Amino acid sequence: MTVGGSGTWYSHFYSFGICVASPTSIFSTTSTPADKVRLLSLDVLFTLGCVFLAIVALIVHVLVHYRARKGDTTEPPQVFGSAQIELAWTIIPTLIILVLFLGTARVVFEVQDAAAPKSALNVTVVGHQYWWEFRYPKYNLVTANELHIPLSDPGNPTPTYMELTSADVIHSFWVPSLAGKTDLLPNRVNEMWVDPHKVGLYEGQCAQFCGAQHAKMLLRVYVETPEDFQRWIGTQRQQAKTSVPGILSNVDLESDNSQKITPQLGRRVFEGQACISCHAVRGTVAGGRFGPDLTHLMSRSTIAAGIAPNTPENLLIWITDPSVMKPGSLMPAMHLTSLENKQITAYLTTLR
Amino acid sequence: MATTIMSDPNPTREALDERASTDPGGRYLDTIHSWIVTVDHKKIGIMYICYALVFLLIAGMQAMVIRIQLAIPHNTFVSPFTYNRVFTMHGTTMVFLVGMPILFGFGNYLLPLMLGVRDMAFPRLNAFSFWISAFAGAFLYFSFIGGAGLAGTGTAPDVGWFAYAPLTEKAFSPGHTVDYWALALILNGIGSIGTAVNLFTTVFCMRCKGMTLLRIPLLGWIYATTAFLVLVAIGPLTAAQIMLLIDRYLGGHFFDTQMGGSAILWAHFFWIFGHPEVYILVLPAFGFANEIIPVFSRKAIFGYPAMVAATAGVAFISSGVWAHHMFTMGMTSFGNTFFTLSTMLVSIPTGIKVFNWIATMWGGKIRLTVPMLFSIAFLFQWLTAGLTGIMLSVSAWNWQLHNSYFVVAHFHYVLVGAILFMVFAAFYYWYPKMTGRMLNERLGKWHFWTMVVGFHLTFDFMHIPGLLGMPRQIYTYEPNRGWTGWNEIVTLGTFVQAIAIGIFVYNLVHSYFQGEVAGPDPWDAWTLEWSTQSPPPEYNFAVDPIVASRRPLWDLKHPEDPDSAFE
Repeated sequence: MTVGGSGTWYSHFYSFGICVASPTSIFSTTSTPADKVRLLSLDVLFTLGCVFLAIVALIVHVLVHYRARKGDTTEPPQVFGSAQIELAWTIIPTLIILVLFLGTARVVFEVQDAAAPKSALNVTVVGHQYWWEFRYPKYNLVTANELHIPLSDPGNPTPTYMELTSADVIHSFWVPSLAGKTDLLPNRVNEMWVDPHKVGLYEGQCAQFCGAQHAKMLLRVYVETPEDFQRWIGTQRQQAKTSVPGILSNVDLESDNSQKITPQLGRRVFEGQACISCHAVRGTVAGGRFGPDLTHLMSRSTIAAGIAPNTPENLLIWITDPSVMKPGSLMPAMHLTSLENKQITAYLTTLR
Repeated sequence: MATTIMSDPNPTREALDERASTDPGGRYLDTIHSWIVTVDHKKIGIMYICYALVFLLIAGMQAMVIRIQLAIPHNTFVSPFTYNRVFTMHGTTMVFLVGMPILFGFGNYLLPLMLGVRDMAFPRLNAFSFWISAFAGAFLYFSFIGGAGLAGTGTAPDVGWFAYAPLTEKAFSPGHTVDYWALALILNGIGSIGTAVNLFTTVFCMRCKGMTLLRIPLLGWIYATTAFLVLVAIGPLTAAQIMLLIDRYLGGHFFDTQMGGSAILWAHFFWIFGHPEVYILVLPAFGFANEIIPVFSRKAIFGYPAMVAATAGVAFISSGVWAHHMFTMGMTSFGNTFFTLSTMLVSIPTGIKVFNWIATMWGGKIRLTVPMLFSIAFLFQWLTAGLTGIMLSVSAWNWQLHNSYFVVAHFHYVLVGAILFMVFAAFYYWYPKMTGRMLNERLGKWHFWTMVVGFHLTFDFMHIPGLLGMPRQIYTYEPNRGWTGWNEIVTLGTFVQAIAIGIFVYNLVHSYFQGEVAGPDPWDAWTLEWSTQSPPPEYNFAVDPIVASRRPLWDLKHPEDPDSAFE
């Protein structure tokens, strides 16, 4: 669409009027798909705003001029219609619709059918009740809830192409600053792409009702410079860095130590419990895939899909009984002793 | 006791009076009995309306729970489980137990009167349709006692009113809440189809002498079109519910994605029902405007044939727009653009309607009675809702707006700002016909202005958190998102609306006993229902009317300038 655009006078009006401070505003965009939609939306808003004002003016005019006077009981002249006028207000809206349609079609084809360049990063997003799994197939890497992607320089674009699917019910990936939402459907793969122009943290959340804790299925996307991103990949590819011996090792823990809160004992409890049926810690016996990968848990800034800061205190509350923070979460309370929970927390905080 | 009267389904007033003098308690039983066994379209219509009003109050209270919970971030007014039940029941109730019954109620009551006949085409089917719908509503609400939902802790259905599969499958919704939801909608659908058959047949086969197709009051055309849409739309919904029940109990895999089923299949079936449903609800509101705006502008409706054509156009186009609910589900770019265009096209016939209403008022002598005030507010609000609808049809923008509070604001603008406002207009306009007494004008104006203020506080400001990224159907939200202030205003607005509804209900009850006596034609109107007493006798018209134009009472009142000379 040629009307409007980023530099038109009214786009500034919108940015002051509507873009109040919000990290999730659809008008503060930093990625091509979201930028294109924003520009299109401003054109549409402007066009329809004019239509609105014109028709409101008509109604107000009618109300002001054609009110019955007090005591006037005569009837006005009866008019039954007019072919010319009715034809006019059929054709004019049709033309407006045509313009809006063509503008929309252009953006749809540009965004949806853009081919991935060779330099694109591929990420697979898997929705779970109520958390996000991110896989980087090229790096053989799995992480959860906090997506890291590289900045894309327009001169040398490194966009991120995502394949989205679901492990259970329908979810929807929505980070308004980066792109519109795309649903994650079980038994089907959808695609979307982003090419963020600014480093930073972009927030969003699940946008399709997916069960009890749909509201607490938050999304955090970290956009990093290519160097920082490669550094992050390098760290994440390593196996668990914990120096603590595992349950299968020959290290003999003396029995009188079992009252202490140490990572060693924590790992022993963790690996001796059902934790490892759902969670993976690469390099240890823990290989479960139903829950988030914990290999580098402490590199994430939040837990439980973005709902609480990742502190030892919150971890302890969470593993003691997840339903305190997130009632309806599928992670069960394991009914361990408070000592065991503290020991597990001590172990988890070593997973850097 | 009183067997002679009980055995007579329609006792005369004299018989009832005589009965009352000997056994006052028995009179109430007789009255109740006469309503239960009635096949009279007016009584059935009033029962539909009362049934819908009861559920309007229930679902309204559910809306208040939703708004209190969302007033501040991280609120704990209700648990997530309760919240999910409440918004599911709010949506399901408002669409199926309020919207459709109240419109069927007015249709039932008004159509035979406006068409100049003595009853609907199938009076017994009519009674059956009402009672099976009433049973469906009771059945759905019984789930509060009988069900158990997501995580095994729910009672009422808690999967959202469009209940996307596979969340509704056994694996994710154990217990019986989804079964209550599906079965209640199947039963309700049977009632809707019965009423639709009845409305359609009545309009096309039951008109008085002289009422040719192009002399049917526009409300008749509207109800015939609505009935047609019901027949088109309810089938797919019922089919989907049956498939869901087969999945849940007979080992089917229609929507069972873990066995190769399709989640999108449900969405298609549901929205093939769901989008025509919007027009099923909004067309009667247009119909009320078609009757009320001319009378209080003192002018004939502008462009009657265009209005009929536009109604048919809306029905036709709206059957081909359903996938605009699915722009984010991964359709092809061709699919997205096709449904963008088809959805935008709806705005042409609806635009014609808006322009024709304005043209009707143009050059008239507008009387700002309460029904007219509601109709004027409806014009503004329907205009806004239509324009936000075009915004949502812009599929690329829809990727951002879909499932956000912008959508919630948009469809409440349609359902409240257009439909509920016109239902209020219809109450003020036809209540005198139904009860013989006027609704209080002063209370009516209070009702109108509080409703306008409450409505705009709530639903204007609800668009903004949507633009700021707030998804729908969330029980709480984060404080850092910048949504809090907007949500506080929205919640405040719902309290103002609650006051407005309170005034309305008080007016309904108060005026029933104390209202000014209306007489047969309090508005100096032109269609046949105003030619008989208020309330009309059982048989509607002592003599079958004969008409020569669209406005038979105008012809009678203005023999020097009859419409019949121009048609």
